[in-house]
Amino acid sequence: MIEFRGVTKRFDDGTVAVDTLDLVAPEGQVTVLVGPSGCGKTTTLRMVNRMVEPTAGTVLVGGRDIRSQPPAQLRRGIGYVIQHAGLFPHRTVVDNITTVPRLAGATRRAARARAGELLDLVGLPAELGRRYPAQLSGGQQQRVGVARALAADPRVLLMDEPFSAVDPVVREDLQDQLLRLQSELGKTILFVTHDIDEAIKLGDAVAVLRSGGTLAQFDCPQRLLTQPADEFVAGFVGRDRGYRALSFVPAVGLPVHEVATVRADDGGAAGQWRLVLDPESKPLGWLAPDDPPGAPRPGGSVHRLGGPMRTALDAALSSPCGLGVVVDARGAAVGVVQAQDVLTAWCHHRSADAR
Amino acid sequence: MLDDLIRYLSSPANQAKVVQLLGTHLVLALLPLLMGLVVAIPLGWLAQRVRWLRAAVLGSATVVYTVPALALFVVMPSVLGTRILDAANVVVALALYTVALLLRPVVDALDAVASSVMSAATAMGYHPLRRFLAVELPMSIPLLAGGVRVASASNISLASVGALIGTGGLGQLFTEGFQSHYLAPIVVGMVLIGLLALAVDVLLVGLRRLATPWVAS
Repeated sequence: MIEFRGVTKRFDDGTVAVDTLDLVAPEGQVTVLVGPSGCGKTTTLRMVNRMVEPTAGTVLVGGRDIRSQPPAQLRRGIGYVIQHAGLFPHRTVVDNITTVPRLAGATRRAARARAGELLDLVGLPAELGRRYPAQLSGGQQQRVGVARALAADPRVLLMDEPFSAVDPVVREDLQDQLLRLQSELGKTILFVTHDIDEAIKLGDAVAVLRSGGTLAQFDCPQRLLTQPADEFVAGFVGRDRGYRALSFVPAVGLPVHEVATVRADDGGAAGQWRLVLDPESKPLGWLAPDDPPGAPRPGGSVHRLGGPMRTALDAALSSPCGLGVVVDARGAAVGVVQAQDVLTAWCHHRSADAR
Repeated sequence: MLDDLIRYLSSPANQAKVVQLLGTHLVLALLPLLMGLVVAIPLGWLAQRVRWLRAAVLGSATVVYTVPALALFVVMPSVLGTRILDAANVVVALALYTVALLLRPVVDALDAVASSVMSAATAMGYHPLRRFLAVELPMSIPLLAGGVRVASASNISLASVGALIGTGGLGQLFTEGFQSHYLAPIVVGMVLIGLLALAVDVLLVGLRRLATPWVAS
């Protein structure tokens, strides 16, 4: 657990970066600090490992005042990941990963064995260990950065815009991987970003900060989208927040309709939209009513059974025929949904919620 | 001319002398290089960290480098308390030039270390001194090596001025040739100084490559 009690940071030139912040980042959860530039989110993060000393107030990690240990010792117990990874260019990947264990006195052999495990954990092949950072892609460097932060098995992880310098596809991979890692490791993570979508995707709780370093709202992502505290938060959370909030509503009670299906080499009965399936029943695309068998039209997104309303609605809206394909856990098509079914289900959900 | 050279070099006495002078020259040039490096690194580190010191240190370095070598050699005894013909005068003076030449590369090299790397090192729990030795210094080598190459060429050339105050080295071939109106030793001296500078430079480039396997070359 990380706790801020009345923490203020005023820099020498008089600017207040963080203003009497009270915040608790719960044990084993991802807490995201998000806000426009100049809202003090990075300063807040850096006060946890004493890279910045607060002007007033107390920061506690695991219930202990961070000032009770010398900074270097405190920092070895807190993982840190930054933008561009900040890897040491003059050290191999393995030597980068073993930095903190070696600083803390681990033997070379023990540290190297641990580095091997960590490379595997972040999904990198062991051969990469001998390379230098410049020989890796941006995404690979960032994975090494995460492995390095985890090397000494810290309970607390600080992440300062770790994924903002990589392209969107790689960023999404890295985010998914972090969520997967977190479900295994259960670290207490404080994550800084300026990207509200990233905050909503990764955060168990999200703290929205406004310029001047005051806390605008601290809530779970769903409440941030559905009940923003004020105009600033509503504006920051941005467009489509109603639609995006559907990510947090499970699509229960949604009727799944039958649909005409055909195999890839077969036309089936013409005169209606037909869903083309591969031998394992995975959807390949659609045939319009007068399409001959052969090349199907590309399909839309798919909705997995048990998923949220957002994917169900998106499947329907992105389909060429308004029918969203529903798949089971193996990816095999089980039927279709229509947009109006999703909206009806949402209305039921809403009135049940209101009661 | 060529006959002169062949005659000069075929005398065993001359050969022994030239080899001995070459050895002295190497020591007179490279010992100060090492000393200068040892002084310039911590001084540059301080200058890079303390704002007012930076201007003062870099400014003095420029001034020192503009003092003529012969003047510096002659002033040394009164500063160091050495005898006027002591080789230490040349060594210390050249070490001063080396420091003057290396300070800026040291400061520039430390400036060039990416702030993200420095933050990461601090956040991982390095003490400042250990961080300097383990992260900043090794990362500075590529830029620093350029400065060391310039300083080595400068020292090898300036060490010959030492012959004027009698410290030996290949410069002695110039003074002898000048006094006896004999061109051969002068040519031998010039060629050897050039070759020496080239050989040391090649060696330094090799060392730099060995020390920086991470740099794509």
